Amino acid sequence: MVVCAGSQGVDDAPVRAHCVGMNAFDWARRSGGPPEILFDARGPLSAHLLDVLQRPVPESGEMLAALLPATEIALSQSVDVLRDDDIQLALFILYGLHYGQVLPADEDWEWNPSLITARLALEREFEKRLRSCVPMPALPEVDSDAVAGALFDLTAPDPGPSLSRYAAKRATPGQLLEFLVQRSIYTLKEADPHSWAIPRLTGRAKAAMVEIQADEYGGGLPERMHSTIFAGTMRHVGLDDRYGAYVDNVPALTLTSLNMMTMFGLNRRLRGAVAGHLAAFEMTSSIPNRLYGNGFRRLGYDTNVTWYFDEHVEADAVHEQIAGRDLAGSLAEDEPQLLSDIMFGASACLTIDGWVADDMLDAWSKGLSSLRVPLAVQSFATA
Amino acid sequence: MTSEQDPRPRAVIVACTDGPLLVRGEIDLISASGEAIPRTRKTVALCRCGVSTIKPFCDGSHKLVGFRTDPVPPADRKRDEGIVTGEEAPPDAERSGA
Repeated sequence: MVVCAGSQGVDDAPVRAHCVGMNAFDWARRSGGPPEILFDARGPLSAHLLDVLQRPVPESGEMLAALLPATEIALSQSVDVLRDDDIQLALFILYGLHYGQVLPADEDWEWNPSLITARLALEREFEKRLRSCVPMPALPEVDSDAVAGALFDLTAPDPGPSLSRYAAKRATPGQLLEFLVQRSIYTLKEADPHSWAIPRLTGRAKAAMVEIQADEYGGGLPERMHSTIFAGTMRHVGLDDRYGAYVDNVPALTLTSLNMMTMFGLNRRLRGAVAGHLAAFEMTSSIPNRLYGNGFRRLGYDTNVTWYFDEHVEADAVHEQIAGRDLAGSLAEDEPQLLSDIMFGASACLTIDGWVADDMLDAWSKGLSSLRVPLAVQSFATA
Repeated sequence: MTSEQDPRPRAVIVACTDGPLLVRGEIDLISASGEAIPRTRKTVALCRCGVSTIKPFCDGSHKLVGFRTDPVPPADRKRDEGIVTGEEAPPDAERSGA
């Protein structure tokens, strides 16, 4: 495994800077070594897939032919695809071929029919399970204000254990590191999963999505891209900001959270769900981010670390208004048949990310790590 | 095209139900003493509940204090008065960026 300088708390800024925005393949090529995958398989399906993807397309032959049967066996033996490490990692890898920077592989794999067939088989069961597990909210009137109101009601702050309150008041340095590692799976690609939906929307909903995403991508300033700001937070606490560096560490459900967004974004028929998901995501962001920022400030960290959270306090108070009325509300008015999926996508966001947070709080309350593989370094780099 | 020929307004302010004022377009945002208030994004939300920690911008706190922009029926008012405020309010959401 290639280790980025600085990832273990070594302060070597000039070398570390080379890691930013560079995928494993670029890094290996620059450093003269062979391309390496930064994570391991979690079962027979992901092992099979990684084996296939390490070959050039023309040489994959029998292994590729055996992928769909391997997929069907994995699905038939799975107890719960939402918490199945092997299945969620396989989906993460397949989606990674579209995102890039997830693993080094022949770029011709992206639209390979056998891989797409396997992905569709996984997505079918994934969506089926989501629709059976996610509580379906009552449907509002088909009116943009009513839809926004229903989404704000659904996402309203309510009493109960909260990860962000815990982070603000009690989390240890090691727990906040775990928090950043868990979040990095999505946040180093922040906004990208929802952006798949832009050309799949039209008119007012598209304009609203673009208005939000343009801000996510820094409004034309690359250094203000939210994913870039988050990478800076990771570096300033001594974490490795290369995408994929912590895939082995996170539990299946953290991959599920990203995979769900990607599935919603990449399937045009699920454009209602992606709009609802983004609305719920934005509506549950400003207040928690103030508290996460407070948690890092409590431990003595400066704006190099807290900028990411502070930025979201202001940004998402804007985005939630646009997402509620102009994105989800307009989409419901323009395509009323999507209303149900808009509410489903919002509820799915709250359900899955709620489980991720519950699992983290549960582990920490027992004095355990929330990670599948605990970090080697348990404390922050020097603040 | 000059501004006289262009029917579009320089800026539009959306009064969001139970929420902030959403400002799109070109405006000069200045303090009471006339100094420019830094604006880092194209569309901004201005606080009108009075509880934001980042005034003049909105930080979503209106949701914690039950801020309403329409007259509240008596039955609902009692419920709203029971809502705790600010740091002590227990947000349930667990997002870290959107």
